[in-house]
Amino acid sequence: MNADELDRIIARHGKREGPLLPILHDVQDAFGCVDEDAIRAIAQALNLSRAEVYGVTSFYHDFRTVPEPRPVLKLCRAEACQARGSERLAKWAMDKARDRVVIEPVYCLGLCSVGPNAMIGTDLHARLDEQKLGALIEAL
Amino acid sequence: MRILISDDALALACGADAVAEAFAYAAPNAEIVRVSSWGMHWLEPLVEIDGIGYGPMTPTDVEAIIQCHSRESGNPDDAGARSDAQLDPRFHGDDIERLSIGRIADHPFITAQTRLTFARAGRTRPLDLADYEATGGWKGLRAAQAMTPVQIVEAVTASGLRGRGGAGFPAGIKWKTVLEAQGTRKYIVCNADEGDSGTFADRMLMEGDPYVLIEGMAIAGLATGARKGFIYIRSEYPHAITKIQAAIERSRAIVAPFDIEVRVGAGAYVCGEETSLLNSLEGKRGEVRAKPPLPAHKGLFGCPTVINNVLTLAAVPFVLAEGPEAYANYGMGRSRGTMPIQLAGNIKHGGLFETAFGVTLGELVDEIGGGTESGRPVRAVQVGGPLGAYFPRALFDTPFDYEAFAARDGLIGHGGVVVFDESVDMARQAKFAMEFCAIESCGKCTPCRLGSTRGAETIDRIIAGEHVAANIALVEDLCETMKSGSLCALGGFTPYPVLSALHHFPEDFR
Ligand SMILES: Cc1cc2nc3c(=O)[nH]c(=O)nc-3n(C[C@H](O)[C@H](O)[C@H](O)COP(=O)(O)O)c2cc1C
Ligand code: SF4
Ligand code: FES
Repeated sequence: MNADELDRIIARHGKREGPLLPILHDVQDAFGCVDEDAIRAIAQALNLSRAEVYGVTSFYHDFRTVPEPRPVLKLCRAEACQARGSERLAKWAMDKARDRVVIEPVYCLGLCSVGPNAMIGTDLHARLDEQKLGALIEAL
Repeated sequence: MRILISDDALALACGADAVAEAFAYAAPNAEIVRVSSWGMHWLEPLVEIDGIGYGPMTPTDVEAIIQCHSRESGNPDDAGARSDAQLDPRFHGDDIERLSIGRIADHPFITAQTRLTFARAGRTRPLDLADYEATGGWKGLRAAQAMTPVQIVEAVTASGLRGRGGAGFPAGIKWKTVLEAQGTRKYIVCNADEGDSGTFADRMLMEGDPYVLIEGMAIAGLATGARKGFIYIRSEYPHAITKIQAAIERSRAIVAPFDIEVRVGAGAYVCGEETSLLNSLEGKRGEVRAKPPLPAHKGLFGCPTVINNVLTLAAVPFVLAEGPEAYANYGMGRSRGTMPIQLAGNIKHGGLFETAFGVTLGELVDEIGGGTESGRPVRAVQVGGPLGAYFPRALFDTPFDYEAFAARDGLIGHGGVVVFDESVDMARQAKFAMEFCAIESCGKCTPCRLGSTRGAETIDRIIAGEHVAANIALVEDLCETMKSGSLCALGGFTPYPVLSALHHFPEDFR
């Protein structure tokens, strides 16, 4: 974790109303997680306790406290995708990905008429079947 | 040749960028314009060439469409770089017939709609201020600028507009409360957390017509005396976030002194609940607050706050521009105006269908939606997201109306309609409803936090055939406890999908 970068992120948002979530997002983007050091620095800068910052960080599914070194594919597992076969596909994808790629559940990507759907980074993929999803997993 | 291709996230997910690139390569003289989506999702990527629609397109179809289109138009120049060459005989009318849907504006899926909120869908460039202005943009804001706050609030009240986020609370009454609340600082908060499965209208609106939301928020500011607005967008919508941010920058001078900021959620469904959302905006855990105090009295940072869904705010410019009667003339009973309904799941013609309240569920699913995509019979339809009931065919005569759905133990919520074919296992759907509640619970109430986990386990036992009758009774009991012992609708309404599955599809619980 780069302390200068961390300070820059905190300084960028420090004066905003309710700065904590924007800071956590930027820290997660820059470092891949919000770890102990980041929590301490953020708490100090915003005049909060470490427990408070940790409590917020752990509440939200988006934030991690340790980085994920493997590539991540988010596969939608919500009802509209279930209706289009996402559950069977998810099982298949997890077998295919093994431990190399993380198949993470996401609950709706707002593409509910063209599922099953996935997101890699900010790239979206619709109408997935084994062939298409398999190619995505292999390319990661 | 003018080629329109959507840059909506759903079109992109279906490969619209690759199609656009193929057109740029095959027809270098053509003007390629990226517009919003018409909302006919089964046809995406949908391409419009001189008014005629082709879809769903793949890059390999591009050459054929250009050749055939230029032959039809009699203008070989349309074929761009190949204008000097003979039209390739390999391409013929079959490709056009396969992909052409004729004039898009005349397509039955479009002509059957009443598009007030989505009037620009498919027709304009989302971030182009000239397009917005030329299609009546800012007319509502200008009208509001000539009115007193009380007059604006009265117009919104008279329109009958109710909150589109789920609860259906009258927007005018909420605004009036904030207008009358004492406070030097007030806020307008737009709820763009759109977490319900089967819904995407907020996303489409933010990506396709962002200025109409900004205009609606600025009007809400004038009506209540708020000078600052926040749009809280879920992190699963990166494209909407980018579009809205760009639109805010470009329209800053037009809505000044009103100022809008985007805030990004962090993957918590419960943060769509208004008080949880406010906590999240303040940088806290997204726990639900007890009411009272209402957000209208003590909302964001303790100040009077209007919190409305994207579609609620986006309906307001029409109300101010055309007058409240023009809006209230549509609809039935106490559900006035139009609802952007979202047809999703296993449905042949999925997409966005905006229509006056009153259309029946059966019309939506069978006629407009064309039944299932799989071609197998429709078995169940979940309306209103993960907290909405599962409806069997027997209830297909239910009209889309807040009260009519409530009378049948359902809800229209944010207008999502998710279709399942006969392969669905309703016991598994009931179990998922409980699991989802357990995953997303904010943790404040025991029936929601623990009851949901217990519920999922009990349904598992039913699926395994253990003490079925006793376990069904246990699930029903648990549902009653969740209904009465939950602070918000996550715990309080999860029983709806569970009990509706149990009552309408008992054969799946044996
Ligand atoms: C668990 C839960 C999730 C919700 N999610 C959303 C949402 O994603 N978007 C939304 O507008 N309203 C959502 N609501 C409803 C809001 O609490 C609130 O009623 C709404 O923002 C008010 O705006 P409206 O009157 O314009 O609908 C949710 C409610 C609950 C209980
Ligand atoms: S019902 Fe669930 S989500 Fe709602 S306040 Fe209680 S614990 Fe939180
Ligand atoms: S349910 Fe999968 S994208 Fe909405």
